[in-house]
Amino acid sequence: MSAHTIPDLIPDAKLKLPREAERTLPGGLTVIAIRRPAVPLVELRLRVPFGRAPLARATLLSQALFTGTGTMSSVQIAAELQAVGGGLSAGLDPDRLLVTGNALAGGLDRMLEILAAVLTDPAYPNEEVATERERLVDHIQVAQSQPAHLARTALLKRMYGRHPYAVQTPEPEQVRGVRPAQLRALHADRVRPDGSVLVLVGDITPEKAIDAAEKALGSWTGPGRDGNVPPTPKLVPGPLVLVDRPGAVQSSLRMALPALSRTDPDYAALQLANLVFGGYFSSRWVENIREDKGYTYGPHTSIEHFIAGSALIAAAEVATEVTGPSLLETLYELGRIASLPPGEEELEQARRYALGTLRLGMSTQAGLAGLASMYASFGLRLDHLREHAADLSSASREHVAEVAARYLAPSKAVTVVLGDAEKVEAPLAALTTVERGTA
Amino acid sequence: MARKIKIPATKYPVERFTLDNGLRVVLTPDRSAPVVGVSVVYDVGIRSEPEGRTGFAHLFEHLMFQGSANLEKLAHFRHVQGAGGTFNGSTHLDYTDYYEVLPAGALERALFLEADRMRGPRLTEENLRNQVDVVKEEIRVNVLNRPYGGFPWLKLPPVIFETFPNAHDGYGSFADLESATVQDAQEFFDRYYACGNATLAVAGDFDVAQATVMIQRHFGDVPARPAPALPDFHEADLATEKRDVYTDRLAPLPAVASAWRVPDPIGDFTGYLPYVVLAEVLTDGDASRLVERLVQRDRTVTSVGGYLGFMGDEFQVRNPTALLLQAHMPPGGDADKVLRTIDEELDRLSTGGLAAGELERTQARIATHLLRDTDAVLGRALPMAVLELQRGRPELLNELPKLVGEVTEAQIVAAAAALRPDRRATVEVIPGAAA
Repeated sequence: MSAHTIPDLIPDAKLKLPREAERTLPGGLTVIAIRRPAVPLVELRLRVPFGRAPLARATLLSQALFTGTGTMSSVQIAAELQAVGGGLSAGLDPDRLLVTGNALAGGLDRMLEILAAVLTDPAYPNEEVATERERLVDHIQVAQSQPAHLARTALLKRMYGRHPYAVQTPEPEQVRGVRPAQLRALHADRVRPDGSVLVLVGDITPEKAIDAAEKALGSWTGPGRDGNVPPTPKLVPGPLVLVDRPGAVQSSLRMALPALSRTDPDYAALQLANLVFGGYFSSRWVENIREDKGYTYGPHTSIEHFIAGSALIAAAEVATEVTGPSLLETLYELGRIASLPPGEEELEQARRYALGTLRLGMSTQAGLAGLASMYASFGLRLDHLREHAADLSSASREHVAEVAARYLAPSKAVTVVLGDAEKVEAPLAALTTVERGTA
Repeated sequence: MARKIKIPATKYPVERFTLDNGLRVVLTPDRSAPVVGVSVVYDVGIRSEPEGRTGFAHLFEHLMFQGSANLEKLAHFRHVQGAGGTFNGSTHLDYTDYYEVLPAGALERALFLEADRMRGPRLTEENLRNQVDVVKEEIRVNVLNRPYGGFPWLKLPPVIFETFPNAHDGYGSFADLESATVQDAQEFFDRYYACGNATLAVAGDFDVAQATVMIQRHFGDVPARPAPALPDFHEADLATEKRDVYTDRLAPLPAVASAWRVPDPIGDFTGYLPYVVLAEVLTDGDASRLVERLVQRDRTVTSVGGYLGFMGDEFQVRNPTALLLQAHMPPGGDADKVLRTIDEELDRLSTGGLAAGELERTQARIATHLLRDTDAVLGRALPMAVLELQRGRPELLNELPKLVGEVTEAQIVAAAAALRPDRRATVEVIPGAAA
């Protein structure tokens, strides 16, 4: 068997950042263009600040953004984009309106022209808005039948209380009340270049791509609105919130813990502590409740960042009959990471994973575009990757242990379980105080 | 309509060779990012699992991660992730894939890991029982505990097909999963996981000569075992329309999906390709035929999608397969009305042809989708391994945008004309959770 020993790793070369250029246009739009010519395409991301926008209107606006301009119908917009291999779509998070798209590289100018028309000359035609409104109502209704959505809704409510982040999906009734004129007004008020960031990545020459963006979007002007969201409240630990879903064959276990922003000096250590606990497959939590106990398929934890605050979220769908034991193991693993330093080897493994996946994330046009756009919305640029990689490389075992004790302690957690209350309430109540809640 | 855009192509180099033990290898170097993708694909999938063992191909995929001669349980995951990489596997109708994406310096480690389990996984009672539990939770997450679970990929095959290999539930019944034994697993491995029945592909940042040496070093001593005879799962097309309907107790709104058989994706690729384009003409974006008609104009559906292959793996599936259309409807939606309108639109297409520019813009958008997928190392390693396995033509990946661009209006019209109601299998979802 001597021939069959695990080969050593060849150390990574120095992190190489792609060529890029950046310019802030007179109207206030920042354009970042990044060259990755591997395939003859271009990726586009546009983030427009949308904090504190009225939720139902903002959500419908994101669904109806491409329904028409002064000169083009929704079908014409889609057909013209397709003609250059393109497509654009929009979404919303609590901080931003996000436009995502891509096209054949030769179609960049045309895609930008169409985007400019949508941004500066929107029509929100009554008929098309009515169609999108009904579709959105139906989609929300379907979402409200999905356990993952219901569990998240209950968790956000529990975490954020009266803060704007507490509700991120409007009720169908609220959507039904939105009129096209309100979308036009919201668009005029909030879809502004000031504070917005456009990211272009692909088989492009960065300076030329920025010139093209300036040509197309130079006419997009107007001051931004103060969309600053107040800082998120501290998590307030308390009884486990149990939301009844009669007949459910699985329980959706969710926990929120405090976390740090990407620029905090302790962030890299927290990221490593999270990995060791539950942030990747080879973590204690996954090896315990999946690979040892078989309670669940895909448990995972991640650090979520919003502009006004960050949180660490743990999520697992567990069989109804092992809901209590799953909570027990989760509390145990949190207690262990908060009380004892991680092992040398498991920390090195997590560190290599963090550093390696950072490279994987930069290896495609779409990956770079998502990363650059997300970073930009927090005021960061791709060169932050170097700093972050250095922090990950140098975080000591003591530092990770110290941060884990502060942030991953089970006493700091806010817990929500969505499941068949009749079956899971007593086993959960054996471990902690339980109160009933709603999604 | 804008001037027609030229459809570009990729030129990923392709090196192919076969080891003495029969393992077929594809190397496709590209040094634009310091990462590599490694995939190993075995020529066995859901259609080959025996009666009474539904879900076994997928369960066995899980067992391939549970250790091998030189790897304890959990070691595979730790070695990949501890090298900065990610991994997974997936079970399809006709093949099962295993893959890693890693920083370039970890290539040899990934090759070692794949070779070790190709020589044989550690099949133990304890690991089997553990993974049966995990798979049951996977089925609960994806099928039993959510609305529209398994719709339509598990719901349509029993309507359109007659024979067990094509019609059965590929996720498996709990009874079948629970009765699986270690001996079943050993026999499945012995029969199907021969290196002569597998392909290995490596994509990304590596040197061909060095990688060839590494592959020889790690896979060269995997014992040669011949591939089993390739089964033929062909069955006759439907003679009359078939319908099924079921109540989904978790679904709040109705839905419907239909499938039509299409030409052999491998034996008659020229006949098959127009259906790939047709699916996009019908459903890709707001300017497509069915979105414009059903979603925008009639408002009889809230969304509609169309694709080839029950798992959407249009260029990685064998005969028999189908073109699928699926639609979600608003409250009180009428599936018959939706089907009638689809027939009307297909008639309009087959009698009136395409509008100016309609084919070109659809082809351009498909090209973007295809090219975008290949930007990721895994988007090359995986399809090339499957194309080698099923066609001996991994370089087809480079050619697809061009071939899609050569499909003619006459071919689209003929394909649309073949989607007749009497060749259609339909499954309808009755919402059991309607407010």
